[in-house]
Amino acid sequence: MYEENDDILQQVTTSEYKYGFVTQIESDDAPKGLSEDIVRFISGKKNEPEWLLEWRLKAYRHWLTMEEPTWPNVDYPPINYQDIIYYSAPKQKLAPNSLDEIDPELRRTFEKLGISLQEQKRLTGVAVDAVIDSVSVATTFKDELAKQGIIFCSMSEAVQEHPELIRKYIGSVVPTTDNYFTALNSAVFSDGSFCYIPAGVRCPMELSTYFRINAANTGQFERTLIVAEAGSYVSYLEGCTAPMRDENQLHAAVVEIFAGEKAEVKYSTVQNWYPGDKEGKGGIYNFVTKRGLCQGDHSKISWTQVETGSSITWKYPSVILKGDHSIGEFYSVAVTNNFQQADTGTKMIHLGSHTRSRIVSKGISAGRSNNSYRGLVQVARKADHARNFSQCDSLLLGDKCGAHTFPYIEVKNPTGIVEHEATTSKIGEDQIFYCNQRGVDTESAVALIINGFAKEVMNQLPMEFAVEAQKLLAISLEGSVG
Amino acid sequence: MLNIQDLRAGIEEMEILRGIILQIRPGEVHAIMGPNGSGKSTLASVLAGRSDFEVTGGSVEFMGKNLLEMSPEDRAREGLFLAFQYPVEIPGVSTTNFIKTAVNEVRKHRGEEPLDAVAFLKLMKERMKLVQIDQSLLSRSLNEGFSGGEKKRNEIFQMAMLEPKLAILDETDSGLDIDALRIVANGVNQCRGKDNAFLIVTHYQRLLEYIEPDYVHILYKGRIVRSGTKELALELEEKGYDFIKTELETADQAQQ
Repeated sequence: MYEENDDILQQVTTSEYKYGFVTQIESDDAPKGLSEDIVRFISGKKNEPEWLLEWRLKAYRHWLTMEEPTWPNVDYPPINYQDIIYYSAPKQKLAPNSLDEIDPELRRTFEKLGISLQEQKRLTGVAVDAVIDSVSVATTFKDELAKQGIIFCSMSEAVQEHPELIRKYIGSVVPTTDNYFTALNSAVFSDGSFCYIPAGVRCPMELSTYFRINAANTGQFERTLIVAEAGSYVSYLEGCTAPMRDENQLHAAVVEIFAGEKAEVKYSTVQNWYPGDKEGKGGIYNFVTKRGLCQGDHSKISWTQVETGSSITWKYPSVILKGDHSIGEFYSVAVTNNFQQADTGTKMIHLGSHTRSRIVSKGISAGRSNNSYRGLVQVARKADHARNFSQCDSLLLGDKCGAHTFPYIEVKNPTGIVEHEATTSKIGEDQIFYCNQRGVDTESAVALIINGFAKEVMNQLPMEFAVEAQKLLAISLEGSVG
Repeated sequence: MLNIQDLRAGIEEMEILRGIILQIRPGEVHAIMGPNGSGKSTLASVLAGRSDFEVTGGSVEFMGKNLLEMSPEDRAREGLFLAFQYPVEIPGVSTTNFIKTAVNEVRKHRGEEPLDAVAFLKLMKERMKLVQIDQSLLSRSLNEGFSGGEKKRNEIFQMAMLEPKLAILDETDSGLDIDALRIVANGVNQCRGKDNAFLIVTHYQRLLEYIEPDYVHILYKGRIVRSGTKELALELEEKGYDFIKTELETADQAQQ
């Protein structure tokens, strides 16, 4: 009888990854492997200024001296960094003048993913920068945003068009030497999104970057940089998918956010990289560094993430609360199923006085997966009256998965108040049976229970994506009730 | 409506129900009484389809269909309702949302359109009166932080919303004070009709003072050992379960 129940749970959490297709398109690749020549090759492809090449090379040389971190609670065979292609660009007309000039095959790819690159379809009210493999292929609503002084474009374009801004801010929040993967990213990053909101401007639409890995054997290393000047506001969304492949692919991105006085940045991620198959074969290694700097007083940075993909996730979107009265928030739902591993959480660094941070982390583990929350709350000596509230809840489906919590708290100011709450629960057969008895089948029951569990975080997502994210949660866990 | 023939069921080799025979017709209210461990709650669980129990023999026909072949959700959609002895909590899912999902699942099964928000709220407001349940309770997470009485009232409220053909009340009276008991019983009485039936599992006669049964059955060691009218419940209350035990043991000895 118990076995039968396990089967049901099994069925409910083993659905297929629906973004696993490959687009047949010619690409322009760098040779495999990493060296100073490759760094120069990438920089050359991008026609970059000398200072940026130097910046890359410095990062590369530093990377050579570093070691891959082993402290995360994840397990994977050593990565051969010489076996990766560091640059791959779909062959298409350079710098298309209008969206009509984009390769129809590429456009179809994004249509298939539900991303419209046609501005006429503006019902969604979202401006998109679409990045495939190493380059940005299109950015929508650029002109309209420009009327308000907002810059929203690919990183490569920003380097050409706004070098002074890039030079000022790149690496200012996440130094190249921050960690192994930021050094690697800084050396070989190929594209990404840049967003600049001038002082006092409230961005009229959601900005979004959609990342797609297509080519085989490549790594994706993009950088996103968001600068919100004093009194501005922007809500930003990032989505990502990849084809199903048997080998693992590395994704090591960097996201930097800068918030001036009274500026507010809301950054939401719906991460759906290919998680590998049911036996744990293939999938993306998602080793990402995301950090925001609340530089100005009364500024606010809020991270919301729904993590359902990747075979391994390693990321800690953080906020440095430098300005007095600044606010940092982290809302996360991380789902792991089958053989997925996630070690994710946040860092809230309180430097200014009266700074506040709030952490709500919901981990859901199913199958044979492992899900860890790792968080650091630091209150510096001068951060008077800092406050933090953390809540970490874990939900287990079945008895072969794991949930772990590693909270670190360092308080150096006696006026600080730090609260931490944690719970672990299991989806009970009792809960499922109760729903069944009311006419709700097991699959819907699991979706209901999971969405209830994750509600506090889902409520933080922009409306347009909340529904999508809810569905994604249910799909990721299909066949995993146990 | 419900026809149970020689039903046998148990858990891990242990037989708990040992040949239950019971027929329920539309409009009837049956009470099942019996001492602890006699199999009352097991019977309720087996009828609802809880997979912890294995059915080893017999048959159950419900509304002309083979109940034992149906999944728990199909039994519910066909109109079988179980008011749980221990209702579960589902954090983050509002009671309203939960009931709406359930109501619409049942409607879908019947080939009806889902209720829109307005129609649903109207129905809810109407049925809330039956069990004097408060709107604020329904916007909270399902059963989370509810008192024992509130949980039981919520069960009866769900029953009123789902309008089942057969409602099984599994010790709904346990843990209720006299006021809550009256409210619950009153709710049940208002749901009584000529087309629906009730199977009330209870340990005490007390509930039957408020919900008058047409038949009372005494379950003992997995069998219905006596059936009668409500007077049987009174007799039981007066003499205690021991008299049944003594009677049966004497009969057993006589047989040997």
